[in-house]
Amino acid sequence: MRKFGIENLNIWFGKVQALKGVSLAIEANEILSIIGPSNSGKTTFLRMLHRLNELEQNFRMSGSVLMDALDVRSVDLELLRKKIGIIFALPLPLPLSIFDNVSFGPRMHGIRARKRLTDIAEQSLKQAYIWDEVKDRLHESAFKLSGGQQQRLCIARTLATGPEVILFDEPCSGLDPVSTARVEETMLELKKDYTIVLVTNNVKQAARVGDRTAFFLSGELVELDTTDKIFTAPSNKRTDDYIRGKFG
Amino acid sequence: MMNPRTVQKIAFFSLFLSTLLIVVPVGMIVVIIVQKGLPAITWQFLTDVPRQGMRAGGIFPAIVGTLYLVLGAVAFALPIGLLAAIYLSEYARDNVMNRIVKLAIVNLAGVPSVVYGLFGLAMFVVWCRFGASILSGALTLGIMILPIIITASREALEAVPQTFREVSLSLGASKWQTIRHIVLPNAIPGIITGTILGIGRAAGETAPILFTVAAFYLPRLPKSIFDQAMALPYHLYVISTQVPNVDEKVRYGTAFVLLAMVLTVNLVAIVIRYKFRKQKKW
Amino acid sequence: MRKFKEFIIEKLILICGSASIFFVALIFVFLLKEGLSLFKTVRLGAFLFGKSWYPISEPAELGILPLILGSLLVTAGAAVISVPIGVGCAVYIAEIAPGKVKEVLKGGIELLAAIPSVVLGFIGMVTLVPWVKNIFHLPTGLTALSGSIMLAFMAMPTIVSIAEDALYSVPRSYKEGAFALGATHWQTIWRVLLPAASSGILAAVMLGIGRVIGETMAVMMITGNSAVIPHTILAPVRTLTATVAAEMGEAVVGSEHYFALFAVGIVLFVISFAINVTADLFLHRERR
Repeated sequence: MRKFGIENLNIWFGKVQALKGVSLAIEANEILSIIGPSNSGKTTFLRMLHRLNELEQNFRMSGSVLMDALDVRSVDLELLRKKIGIIFALPLPLPLSIFDNVSFGPRMHGIRARKRLTDIAEQSLKQAYIWDEVKDRLHESAFKLSGGQQQRLCIARTLATGPEVILFDEPCSGLDPVSTARVEETMLELKKDYTIVLVTNNVKQAARVGDRTAFFLSGELVELDTTDKIFTAPSNKRTDDYIRGKFG
Repeated sequence: MMNPRTVQKIAFFSLFLSTLLIVVPVGMIVVIIVQKGLPAITWQFLTDVPRQGMRAGGIFPAIVGTLYLVLGAVAFALPIGLLAAIYLSEYARDNVMNRIVKLAIVNLAGVPSVVYGLFGLAMFVVWCRFGASILSGALTLGIMILPIIITASREALEAVPQTFREVSLSLGASKWQTIRHIVLPNAIPGIITGTILGIGRAAGETAPILFTVAAFYLPRLPKSIFDQAMALPYHLYVISTQVPNVDEKVRYGTAFVLLAMVLTVNLVAIVIRYKFRKQKKW
Repeated sequence: MRKFKEFIIEKLILICGSASIFFVALIFVFLLKEGLSLFKTVRLGAFLFGKSWYPISEPAELGILPLILGSLLVTAGAAVISVPIGVGCAVYIAEIAPGKVKEVLKGGIELLAAIPSVVLGFIGMVTLVPWVKNIFHLPTGLTALSGSIMLAFMAMPTIVSIAEDALYSVPRSYKEGAFALGATHWQTIWRVLLPAASSGILAAVMLGIGRVIGETMAVMMITGNSAVIPHTILAPVRTLTATVAAEMGEAVVGSEHYFALFAVGIVLFVISFAINVTADLFLHRERR
């Protein structure tokens, strides 16, 4: 089933064109990895799905982004963001307690009942494999957690809003190898229920978790194929050069 | 041509001297007022009404009048100032309108205090028919401290990291929810500091209340916001220049109470700022 | 329902956002409304350049030239004192003072800014005024000079804090570059830092002067309040602000005197507006 359809997407920030005529489809319950050097437009692409680019003052776009066959720009913004969660490059807990971080989304969507919030928090924290580490200190500040724990807390926080899609924006760039492995495990586990788009600078990570992999370069989509194909027999020479570490 | 080292020594010494020229008198002013004013402070001085044409008795009505004025000014200026700060920090885009708003704030801060007095007289006392009253004075002072509150609150709001807003929005919170639950709580210390500084300013100003509220000699407490009232700074002015043969002690005592009030308020603001800066969470 | 509530709140925020524009306009409109009535009976030229201010004689003479000159004299005196000392102090705080001392000095300056002007006026009356009288053997110490000294003091916090900001925001690399060429610290300050921060310092000076021109209470208490054209800085003067503050209490609402005081208010408003806009332009240029 097709989750996203992107047609001829162009994005500008002022005079700089960040994406050039990108068209691709994202299937439900797959992990799509997006790789590419910095400034290749991959993060801009990700933030487009979530309409975060609009926060920039000089943002312009053309083309269309459809989610479940609806243009994302026509959907109610808060509803869209409830359906799509995003995990940022750095762990970004809100300056609240662990519990309040996880229950923030549901509360903003109008859930008041304490019992309900507690249930959602527990379930989400379990899903993100961090429940055991935090269950006794739910009311401490989220800033007291380690970087890896914070990032899993952020995943739990996103799950708590009940999304259909989760976007990962280089989620492990600030983490040590052990925490990275735990986050990747979590992603593979989540795939059963969610559609996942993973932007990463780490080519090996894309190879480890992606079902399909897209390669972006200078704002263009160079190649999109199954991860196996991309990493064994890419059809474009630039893809081959990149994954072999010849540039980037 | 002198040796650069010697030149430097001379230059640095003069800079040091300039600094002393400012700091030493400040210290002296405070010391003189405390030294001569403190002995005048008795329970009676603080709680009694002025007697014998303000030459004896206490300053209680002036203290109360100042408190009323300050509270009124803050009640008026804080909501407007806070919302204006939210507009500037969260909604305004970098355009002409925004630029004009900022310029207007700078100008509002620069208008001479006596002009505020004229404005208050023309608008609140005469045009709105509030008469010379606590209401007129509080509104005038409120507009005067508006730029202080706006500027401080805006800085506090803008100091909240942009990433918190993005995270909150990304979780599906609306813009207002983000401001209400994430931005505002983290800006509270700065907003309080700004408000307190505004209070200090309002408590010490004389010119804006000269024609809008101040009663020359009114040895009783105001009964409603439409009453005239005495106020500490005006009272100090009156007993220093308008009433002959006032005991030095009464003058210094009044100056001491006013100074103590204003400096305490400022000190509280500084302490709050310092404490919260230390325990900042991000 | 939530959407509706948020809609209302956001509209309220938008309205309050323009509140400062509204109030500036409101102040100007009310000053004009009262002040312009004067010019039905008095010509603008006679008002601005008339040499005598006798508002309660019959017929009243309403020339504010002595008041303007009084304000200018006091302000010029204050500027001469406060600009070198203030900028010097800013340089000392920004460049020379060690960490702890710096914080204490900044605290002291903030303290000065917080002292109400009526308290400074009072202190000026009981200390400065007798000194001036004795040192210069004058019949009275209530002179323009006393006013200038006191006002210089009141302009200090503005000048020091804004100039210090300007110095602080000069990129470090400028300083490092000068040091690398073997310049002494003072040479670096004099030839690199001060020129680089010049527009910010200029703005600081202007805003300080703006503060001085608008200052009312202290000036009224220590300059002697005599509305004649001053010939020396040791003579009593009366400023624009002090005139309004001292006379409005007695002026009858709707009288020529009342309108004239509002006209003085317009003059003050226009001066402060011009100073603030220009200073803001300088500060803005600095940031680019």
